[in-house]
Amino acid sequence: MHYKQVMLFITGKAVKLATLLIAVSILSFFLISYSPIDPVQLYIGADMTRVSPEQRENIAEYWGLHESKPQQFINWGKAVLHGDFGTSLLYRSPVADVIAERFLASLALMVVAWLLSGVVGFLLGIIAGMRQGTWADHVIKGFCFTLASTPAFWLALLFLMTFSVWLGWFPVGLGTPAGVLAEDVTWVERLRHLVLPALTLSIAGVANVALHTREKLIEVLASEYIRFAKAKGEHGFVLVWRHGLRNISIPAVSLHFASFGELFGGAVLAEQVFSYPGLGQAIVQAGLGGDVPLLLGIVLFSAVFVFVGNVMADLLYQLIDPRMRRSGVQ
Amino acid sequence: MNLISSTRNTPLLEVKNFSLTFHSDRKDRQEPLTQVIRQFDITIREGEIMAVVGASGSGKSLLADAILGILPENATCKGMLHYKGEPLTEKRRKHLCGDQIMLIPQSLNALDPLMKTGKQVQTVMKGKGKKDGQRAVFRKVGLPDHVSNQYPFELSGGMARRVLIATAMVSNAHFIIADEATPGIDPHALGEMVTFIKHLAMEGKGVMFITHDIETALQVADKVAVFYAGETVEIANVEDFSGTGETLRHPYTKALWNSLPQNGFVPLEGHQPLADEKGKGCAFQPRCQRATDICLQKQPESRIVKAGMVRCFHA
Ligand SMILES: Nc1ncnc2c1ncn2[C@@H]1O[C@H](COP(=O)(O)OP(=O)(O)OP(=O)(O)O)[C@@H](O)[C@H]1O
Ligand code: SF4
Ligand SMILES: [Mg+2]
Repeated sequence: MHYKQVMLFITGKAVKLATLLIAVSILSFFLISYSPIDPVQLYIGADMTRVSPEQRENIAEYWGLHESKPQQFINWGKAVLHGDFGTSLLYRSPVADVIAERFLASLALMVVAWLLSGVVGFLLGIIAGMRQGTWADHVIKGFCFTLASTPAFWLALLFLMTFSVWLGWFPVGLGTPAGVLAEDVTWVERLRHLVLPALTLSIAGVANVALHTREKLIEVLASEYIRFAKAKGEHGFVLVWRHGLRNISIPAVSLHFASFGELFGGAVLAEQVFSYPGLGQAIVQAGLGGDVPLLLGIVLFSAVFVFVGNVMADLLYQLIDPRMRRSGVQ
Repeated sequence: MNLISSTRNTPLLEVKNFSLTFHSDRKDRQEPLTQVIRQFDITIREGEIMAVVGASGSGKSLLADAILGILPENATCKGMLHYKGEPLTEKRRKHLCGDQIMLIPQSLNALDPLMKTGKQVQTVMKGKGKKDGQRAVFRKVGLPDHVSNQYPFELSGGMARRVLIATAMVSNAHFIIADEATPGIDPHALGEMVTFIKHLAMEGKGVMFITHDIETALQVADKVAVFYAGETVEIANVEDFSGTGETLRHPYTKALWNSLPQNGFVPLEGHQPLADEKGKGCAFQPRCQRATDICLQKQPESRIVKAGMVRCFHA
């Protein structure tokens, strides 16, 4: 890649990200501001009787709720540009801090699930593709179709009932045992709490990756270059290693990086069912609790997260595929 | 079947009464089988170029696959398939294919799109000095050094074809199968191909040149095996193709020859029988002007006529 191309690539992506964030902000800001939730009411909460109408008026004044909606948006936007995402009403601490803390918990969950679904999906896809038409292929395909059409929350409940309630192997929920100080929680305990949510979250991704990998492998195995390689006496592992992996990893990799959106969406559901204290759970609380600053913060953050996944997919694509690398970056 | 009498010893490749059948489906063995190749005979010696000519879809590539042992799983073959006088077993193929026996595919898609060309050629080499050997051969076929570091998509069609030829040249192949796909290649590329193939034969390698085009076959080969409905109907010497084809033995070969523009452009009516249309008589009978009763009842055996092979009662 030439210097100029790199600059072009970065500028292009930056412009895309900026427009994306602006569009997402406007859309979510106005959706939220027209929701029937009264932020002052929610802020005051149970203290309602002890807060006089004047005080409520003051709060509304202080938050700028009397200004026009566009003006409110501009105020919020200005603050965000200065790095100030506001204060979360529910957590009573800066939105950025809440997101950072929650995201770390979610990250563990998502990384484990993402790696798991990538590796398992890729392997299943290879097995099914190499054994096309056999029982192994049928089993894997059936498994994937079943998974793809199973709602994640239902699967999560099923796991909970089987492994937590019935077998008692894993805790029923939360990220750490209840009643134990955060410092005293062992790694093993954290892992035990991670297993079921991660499993649930990985499963939707498995089907996707496996089916695409299978499809591509079948296409590659029927290709002229595989016939030629076989004619040259290559077979079995060497054949797949030399000519198969690179060719089939392209769809798998780009698909998997581009799936950050689904990953995040899945995390919201999984964290909800397992009461896992991650970003997904926070966004649900923020939405239901009318915590506008937090909600907007998470929306922006998740947009960046998904965008990063897509950029990585693009970059890796070019790294693996010389046709993209050498003919220049789009 | 020692028709092509030669004083040389054992032929490189000897195929006799070879047949190839497809099971329609592996699960359902009740389904009728399709026989794509039957009664196929051919003998190829060192330094000899044998063209195999047949229409598109007549099973030429499958024949190559059968020799190389890369048939699809639902195919079975019967008959004799000898390499250097011994049966070509699965075990022998393991170290012969890619070493002594090489394929030159004619489809440019035969190169792995994600592997540098130099590397692809080196995979068939053994021992030390692979890189130097590969570059030397590249120079021999007219490819500059930097091509070794290029990917197939960066090559022109002609360069890719030379890379494929170079693959056969760096190996110790004694026997080469060149398989041309039916759309064919442009005359310039073909001319180049012919030169390289002849060069390989001059080095003593045996070549089986597969094509759908009789003219191409005549440019390259010493002998021409004509493939009709999965059978070899005639093996003729190149010199037999002259005049109005009176030295040719089989009515189909004659018809092919006379359908060429320079030989009168006489079209041959009808089509080749599909696998399930083959009757018990001669496969060419429905289109043959010389057919008699016996052609309907029996399949002609192969015979030697004028130092060539033919499968016809009235040759
Ligand atoms: N797996 C299979 N099962 C059943 N029939 C098959 C299978 N593979 C190929 N065939 C049939 O075998 C026939 C021969 O195919 P082949 O590719 O050998 O033809 P060809 O002579 O090389 O043609 P071309 O000149 O177009 O390359 C085709 O008609 C095809 O329908
Ligand atoms: S055997 Fe009979 S039908 Fe067949 S090619 Fe000869 S003359 Fe024609
Ligand atoms: Mg073919």
